[in-house]
Amino acid sequence: MTSPHDEPAAVAAPPAGEPRRRVRPGSRRGVPLPLLVPALLGLAFLVLPLIALLIRTPWHSLPDQLTSPGVWQALRLSLVCATAATAVSLVIGVPLAWLLARVEFPGRGLVRALVTLPLVLPPVVGGVALLMALGRNGVVGRYLDSWFGITLPFTTVGVVLAEAFVAMPFLVISVEGTLRAADPRYEEAATTLGASRFTAFRRVTLPLIAPGIAAGAVLAWARALGEFGATITFAGNFPGRTQTMPLAVYLALQSDPAAAIALSLVLLVVSVAVLAGLRDRWMTAS
Amino acid sequence: MTRSARRTTQVAAVGAAALLALSACSSDDSSSGSGSSAPRSSSSPKLSGTVTVFAAASLKESFTTLGEQFEKEHPGTKVTFSFGGSDSLAASITGGAPADLFAAASPKTMKIVTDAGDTSGAPETFVRNQLEIATLPGNPDKISSLKDLTKSDLKVVLCAEEVPCGSAAQKALAASGLKLTPVSYEQDVKSALTKVELKEADAAVVYKTDVRAAGDKVEGVDFPESADAVNDYPIALLKDAPNAEAAKAFIELVRSDQGQRVLTGAGFLKP
Repeated sequence: MTSPHDEPAAVAAPPAGEPRRRVRPGSRRGVPLPLLVPALLGLAFLVLPLIALLIRTPWHSLPDQLTSPGVWQALRLSLVCATAATAVSLVIGVPLAWLLARVEFPGRGLVRALVTLPLVLPPVVGGVALLMALGRNGVVGRYLDSWFGITLPFTTVGVVLAEAFVAMPFLVISVEGTLRAADPRYEEAATTLGASRFTAFRRVTLPLIAPGIAAGAVLAWARALGEFGATITFAGNFPGRTQTMPLAVYLALQSDPAAAIALSLVLLVVSVAVLAGLRDRWMTAS
Repeated sequence: MTRSARRTTQVAAVGAAALLALSACSSDDSSSGSGSSAPRSSSSPKLSGTVTVFAAASLKESFTTLGEQFEKEHPGTKVTFSFGGSDSLAASITGGAPADLFAAASPKTMKIVTDAGDTSGAPETFVRNQLEIATLPGNPDKISSLKDLTKSDLKVVLCAEEVPCGSAAQKALAASGLKLTPVSYEQDVKSALTKVELKEADAAVVYKTDVRAAGDKVEGVDFPESADAVNDYPIALLKDAPNAEAAKAFIELVRSDQGQRVLTGAGFLKP
């Protein structure tokens, strides 16, 4: 709960290179077998499907698959929507995290639980809930429609909202964890020197927790990029408007598995690139 | 030292528990699948065990009714269903999903399974289904023909072309020379219908049977072009059926007068 972003790193990192090197020379200092066997099993379980994807990739037809306009349309839409969803999450998620970490108010535990709910909620349920709230006939959506003529389902904005709903909790949890770990005395010092609480947040707190925000934003972006259930439920599926990469992969799998593998490969490459590019940030954050 | 030793045993215990849980799962599967049905069927004709039916989403209501009748006629059996888009069901069958029989909403999706050599015997057509326009209750947009759906201010959902109801809709549109841009291509017929039931879309092109099953939540509008796009529904026993005897009996029920009565009652056409 406190900082989900350092968990996967801590679990995944050790089995990668270290154990094998240490087991062979000195068995006394070696890794105990009851630990090593499940660890290697876990590693294989996580890595094998990805290797299988590479093995089954139709390499000779890959250029044709990837240069088809449909692929780029879906990829561009995915990148734009995931980035927009991350921006939305930053604008409203960071203040929410600050509120949870720094302000005492009754029912704070309940609010935190509600914020984390989308983390465990099946995304399809999130999509249904969004329809009930923001759909054309929804609790709020009916007024958006009748007063402003705005309908959100079946639009690109709908995709961004669905992704933000699912991804924002990752950012909030990550930033809140960093805020709790950060020393509040810097802010207090700033306020005693005459800065307002908002100035202290902007000039002192924000730079202090920047690594945590970055890590949270990456997590949220990655989650938004892979979002499927809430998107197809709330925003539907139309090429170029609401058909993101995961939707394209799912539908392609039905009719053209080779195309689905090619699309999956693109998503895999994008994910690896993001992880590699931000590795330093992750290390300092955790 | 002692602390680290204790930790080691703890972790080992967790790992062992996980392995145990995994193996428990797999042994459960085999006993409920083939184990429970095989001994009975060889000694006596009495059916037992679970029949797993993969069926097109449009068959949901009528097959659920038939499943209950089957369980009543053959005490000790249980019929479990997986309803979905015929194409994704076909993909999971060729991918090795454990099922006894497959009822598809089009010969094309059934062909995916027969081409992979996963059926036992040739598929037989047991019903046919015709398209209909589903509109909001009371038809507020006054939709009376397929052409009315092309009006730009209407939100129309279609099934994705990979799904039988989607390819049938495209066939009907092509036959009448119409070009329709929907707001969404849904992954199966029930999701298309749901969008109208929730009033998110103004109309959807779905099956007659779906309109009837939805009751007064939608209103059906017939259109003559649907005659050009009638879907045959094939049913077939699968080669690796864990409970082939009971599955055969279920297919017989579907094709019997009793089964046909339930299906035509739901709006299906006789083959």
